[in-house]
Amino acid sequence: MQTQAALAVEARNRPFRSRETDWYSVLGTGITGLATLLIVAILLVILANIIWNGAPYVSWRFITTGTATDMFDVRKAGIFPMIFGTTARVILMTILVIPAGVLTAIYLTEYARIHSPSTRIIRGAVNNLAGVPSIVFGLFGAGFFVQFIGQMMDSALGNTDNVWKQPALIWAAATLAVMTLPVVIVATEESLRAIPQGLREASLALGATKLETIVKIVLPQAVPGILTGGILAVSRAAGEVAPILFTGAAYYMADLPKSLHNQFMDLGYHTFILSTQSPNIEETRPLLYATVLVLLGLTFLLNIVAVFVRANMRKKMRMLQ
Amino acid sequence: MSETPPSMQKIAIPAAEPTSLPGGEDLIQVRNLSLYYGAAKALKDISISIREKQVTAFIGPSGCGKSTLLRCFNRMNDLIDNVRIEGSISINRQDINSPDIDVIELRKRIGMVFQKSNPFPKSIYDNVAYGPRLQGISARAELDQIVEQSLKYSALWEEVKDRLHTSGLGLSGGQQQRLCIARAIAVKPEIILMDEPASALDPLATARIEELILDLKKDFTIVIVTHNMQQAARISDLTAFFYLGELIEYDVTARIFTSPAKRQTEDYVTGRFG
Repeated sequence: MQTQAALAVEARNRPFRSRETDWYSVLGTGITGLATLLIVAILLVILANIIWNGAPYVSWRFITTGTATDMFDVRKAGIFPMIFGTTARVILMTILVIPAGVLTAIYLTEYARIHSPSTRIIRGAVNNLAGVPSIVFGLFGAGFFVQFIGQMMDSALGNTDNVWKQPALIWAAATLAVMTLPVVIVATEESLRAIPQGLREASLALGATKLETIVKIVLPQAVPGILTGGILAVSRAAGEVAPILFTGAAYYMADLPKSLHNQFMDLGYHTFILSTQSPNIEETRPLLYATVLVLLGLTFLLNIVAVFVRANMRKKMRMLQ
Repeated sequence: MSETPPSMQKIAIPAAEPTSLPGGEDLIQVRNLSLYYGAAKALKDISISIREKQVTAFIGPSGCGKSTLLRCFNRMNDLIDNVRIEGSISINRQDINSPDIDVIELRKRIGMVFQKSNPFPKSIYDNVAYGPRLQGISARAELDQIVEQSLKYSALWEEVKDRLHTSGLGLSGGQQQRLCIARAIAVKPEIILMDEPASALDPLATARIEELILDLKKDFTIVIVTHNMQQAARISDLTAFFYLGELIEYDVTARIFTSPAKRQTEDYVTGRFG
């Protein structure tokens, strides 16, 4: 019979590595790894396909000139007006959505009672807004902004013909802003909630008003989070076509939009036109690839700019931490 | 402990207002204060007077209501939903809960230092200048002077005078807490409320804070909540012992720690419970 001491010695001398290969673990690693690989592969195939077929046709002339009459001819067509239109609507949308979203998030986190029924309803509404199909936003924008707000502005300004009551850059941007509102609200709320309550209390205890506390202490801390919301909104909006179909995108315009109430041409919508309206599909195909490549590039570029701005802000803030 | 027996209530009132207390005027007067979080009664019929230019310590086990009472003095409990109070608190003979009191003005005159040091993610200078700037002081020379004075007062000046424009978050825990004290002083309050200001600090940093408190006593009335009974004994002139939302005993610190009138107080300060 072994004594306690002998058992303890045996336990101590037992080798660490004695188990055989754990096949479940191998299987787990394999399946999850394969899934990741598949996603990466799909992304690479899409990108490679677009770059391979589109890059040869993307020239300086292509991206800096407008399309005259030869919209479907790859040798003559230019897409500068579409680049301009897409960039303009995205920037305009950002200008509209960030204040609206940030103010809403401030209300929800700083002023509203967290557990009150009204706050819950608002938060639920915001989340539902994120799930609405984008074409519904398009129809809403046409009905609310173009028909209703446009009409009101025209009568207020005394216009006899429709100036604002027509699809326009500003209405397309406004529609996109409504669509991306939840993204900005949620991102801002998260960053506001991450700010320690102690900082708010310290400020209030020094005799700051709630507004002073929000402006001087809370908001500066939330800037990176707000910009993250902006980046997500830009990413979502840049490629969307449905919301702008009835609210501002034009099939063809001879000139660039000169005012907020002008229509505009758009890269996404143009892609749709090229793929459905061309008289000669084979001839238009390279043009289609090139246009899509530019759209991807532009979306990427807008994101890079936003990420850069955020990184810059973070660096400034880190210097104080 | 359930309901206070009637006999105890009778002596509780004179105990709350000992006639032999040192110090000058009664600065804060609490009369029959009860506070409810929703339906839960956190403070039960508290009456206590805080003397001017004295250090008053609130001691008692966790959840006894000492911090809650402290936060009544600058109405920080306003920030919490569902808080209801009965009774009155007057500071300089003004009822601070009356509707015509400007809570912002009140908080400018009653500084607060929190348990967890909470400097703003701003420079040391901007931390101290935050309060004065809120009051509209913007002249550089004046701000410079206030910042220097406040930092000297909180015994931090020598350590930070060469890096005023670096982040307040770069300081050590003890320095951060002294920065928070400087920030509170910069507003020139009459009263400084301290909610366990040294509970997160090491013994050396704690000793510095305690020294500082004894120094501040010359110009400010200090009310400090502490878990540390030795600390209360070392720095306070008066000590109030709370238990389960009631003020059990309030007297000169030496008496509380050597010959308390109540059995519960004695049990607590001798470490038999709590």
